[in-house]
Amino acid sequence: MLTLRINGLDVQAEEWWSLLETSRFYGIEIPTLCYHDGLSPWGGCRLCVMEIGEGENTRLVSSCTYTAAEGLVVRTHSRRVMEARKVLVELLLSTCPSSKTIQDLASALGVQRVRFKVDHDDCIYCGLCVRMCAEQMGAKAIGFVNRGGKLKISTPFDRQSEVCRHCGACMYICPVCQLRCQGPEATGVVCGSCLRPEPTCLEFYPDQMCYMGSAGDCGTCIREAKRAQQN
Amino acid sequence: MRTQVEDDKGLTHEGLKGLRDNILLARSQKIPHIVIPSGTCCQARGSSDVVEAFQKAIERHSLQDKVALRTTGCGGFCQSEPNVVIYPEEIYYQKLSPDDAEEVILKTILEGRIIDRLLFADPITGERFTHLKEIPFFQKQRRLLLSDNLRVDPTSIEDYLSIGGYSALSKSLREKTPDKVISEIKQSDLRGRGGAGFSTGGKWELCRKAKGDVKYVICNADEGDPGAYMDRSLLEGNPHSVIEGMIIGGYAIGSREGIVYVRDEYPLAVSHCKLAIGKAREYGLLGHNILGSDFSFDITISMGAGAFVCGEETALIASIEGRRGTPSQRPPFPAQRGLWNKPTNINNVETWANVPLIMKNGASWYSLIGTEKSKGTKIFSLVGKINNTGLVEVPLGTTLREIIYDIGGGIPGNRRFKAVQTGGPSGGCIPSSLLDLQIDYEGLKEAGCIMGSGGMIVMDENTCMVDIARYYTSFLNDESCGKCLSCSKGTQRMLEILTDISKGNGKDGDIGLLEELAIVIKDASLCGLGQTAPNPVLSTIRYFQDEYEAHIKEKRCLAGVCKDLIFYYIHPEKCQACLICSTNCPVGAITGGKGLVHIIKQDKCIKCGACLDVCPTRFSAVVRLSGEKVPEPVVEGVKVIRKREKDVNT
Repeated sequence: MLTLRINGLDVQAEEWWSLLETSRFYGIEIPTLCYHDGLSPWGGCRLCVMEIGEGENTRLVSSCTYTAAEGLVVRTHSRRVMEARKVLVELLLSTCPSSKTIQDLASALGVQRVRFKVDHDDCIYCGLCVRMCAEQMGAKAIGFVNRGGKLKISTPFDRQSEVCRHCGACMYICPVCQLRCQGPEATGVVCGSCLRPEPTCLEFYPDQMCYMGSAGDCGTCIREAKRAQQN
Repeated sequence: MRTQVEDDKGLTHEGLKGLRDNILLARSQKIPHIVIPSGTCCQARGSSDVVEAFQKAIERHSLQDKVALRTTGCGGFCQSEPNVVIYPEEIYYQKLSPDDAEEVILKTILEGRIIDRLLFADPITGERFTHLKEIPFFQKQRRLLLSDNLRVDPTSIEDYLSIGGYSALSKSLREKTPDKVISEIKQSDLRGRGGAGFSTGGKWELCRKAKGDVKYVICNADEGDPGAYMDRSLLEGNPHSVIEGMIIGGYAIGSREGIVYVRDEYPLAVSHCKLAIGKAREYGLLGHNILGSDFSFDITISMGAGAFVCGEETALIASIEGRRGTPSQRPPFPAQRGLWNKPTNINNVETWANVPLIMKNGASWYSLIGTEKSKGTKIFSLVGKINNTGLVEVPLGTTLREIIYDIGGGIPGNRRFKAVQTGGPSGGCIPSSLLDLQIDYEGLKEAGCIMGSGGMIVMDENTCMVDIARYYTSFLNDESCGKCLSCSKGTQRMLEILTDISKGNGKDGDIGLLEELAIVIKDASLCGLGQTAPNPVLSTIRYFQDEYEAHIKEKRCLAGVCKDLIFYYIHPEKCQACLICSTNCPVGAITGGKGLVHIIKQDKCIKCGACLDVCPTRFSAVVRLSGEKVPEPVVEGVKVIRKREKDVNT
């Protein structure tokens, strides 16, 4: 066992634990997008960054790929970390505003504006699908192609893959293509409706309609009720 | 298994010395040497034809026994290529054409006369210099590594042996234990020449101490910075010095295998390197039991596909292993777990080339050169708006002013110096106010730049700093591997903002947003590429914020570079209707025939500036304007020119 200090607390960790695993073990919530328990860590989304070191020599590292070390001093929610996470979410929103996962992240971090150009690129290049296909499905049918602005995820030479079994695991794991928000369309790039639900079901129905978490999250039922009223 | 060749030539220390003596004896006859540098840069300027012309001229005069011809790597003074150095006097002829060969042979070689018109003339004073050593470009340098480029034919191991090559290896193997070699390198304070400036000896020690039976030594020749080519020049011009450094490194670290990772875009460097490795193997300088010791080492070549990010250690390792060139988390450092999960030591070409020098002359000699914290010399490639383009080797601690004015000969056309970009795309720019800055690792870092591999791109007053930041950001956005969101998306958004600014669509707050984004890209990215990607933007904002503000607020490009912010205009009262501009306009945007005032149709104009270039200076009717309204054009075809008969001096 190693001893390290997270947010001022001395904690113990197994030698092979990453900083992310250690933090989560002790109940500290860390936002992630490209991390999945069943896959090898990648460190692409950078949302899990933590500030390590002391004094002036601190730096940010992605906690999912950084292994715990004896005596390491870690801050999971320092000002520098939070500022980085906010800008990262702003970048994500500008790329893929239709994703519920990302809108939820934005709400949780209090991101209320996007100052960049918005393009509906939709893929955030987290690489979950690539790792899922290789590590869990054993197919290695897809991978990263090109770099820079031409980066994409595809099969070799963009041809129909012989090893792809159409299992759909890539779509299942994708944090942005499967979880399209089904609720009312947001007025701007930042939606935030999930954290500021209005109106709630109970204003339109005698009983709570939603069994999928907190009431009024998506607003679909209310939209339908309104439509019914109009008719 | 040892081959027959290795057995025959398997040299011992004494054998190596004997071989060198024999080579020197055979060459003791003093005949003039004509040296023609033929690196890639020289060949691009036509040195191959010059070599051929000299060969023919020598044959024609039957001088084969009386004069020797040698093609070498680039001598460094690329501005003057193709050039010729005639030894032993070191007469330096520049900008030769194949037709000059005959004259050089006839006059200089046979009659001993100097041909004045081929000598280098100072661009400012016009003074002509006969000998290489007198030329200010060479005189002010300390060429420990580069001078050998002119002394050896890179395809001949005998040449390298004759100048004392492989004696450092012999000395290390015979006199020093691996630990002693490391302590010697540590004492010399040699720091990595790839840019980060990590202590080379310290790095070797880490790798030596790492547990593992198999260890690798890698030479990083993945030089991708635009405008930097010192590594190419060393590999092309003197590959044996790099190989010798690697063998010594392998001995010190306890490795048996070395790899040169070189980009495929350097075909000459690859072929010279292959040839050199083959020759070294033939002489038993690579292979089993080198120089009769129990140390064995061999080198292979691995070629990269030209991704900038593969210069980063972990991405380079991934590339050699056949994976996608993507950096990964350090620790574990390559010294602990590198190539094929074995301890690996990676150094830059220039670092390896420095190793034999240190071993031969001693650490104390080496540490006399340079500053307190940065020892030795560093090669910079001096390019851009500078009179003497080329490779410059100076002791660390030399000021920027010395490099640009004393060695570089200043800015062409007596224009004002504006800034110099150091460290390639991820470096930063240094403004004219810091001309007296001492160039070393610490000094550059303080100025917001990095040493990088040593590219120096000089910019004059006609360079727009917003445009420069936009260019470098676009390069880095293209070369980002795409792993970290902060780097790939961050640079893309940065580029969009910069493009907007350069198109006149900048908004208030853009500078603040750029800075905020820059900090996050620096902080949150994994590798050196991402962590330094905002440097061009940050350093241009730091030193040239007024230019950004002029672009955003006044929609004015002070240097007249950003096409969307400038327009060309012909002063009606100055135009003499000479038709030169209208005939040179590639899109036919200039109307007005003979005797009529010429008018530029702004909607047709592509802002190439051809009209400005061709308008005779005595008229100076065409001007480039920025940040103001286009003046109302005179009515077309009506106004007949008012000739100013007398003041036009034709």
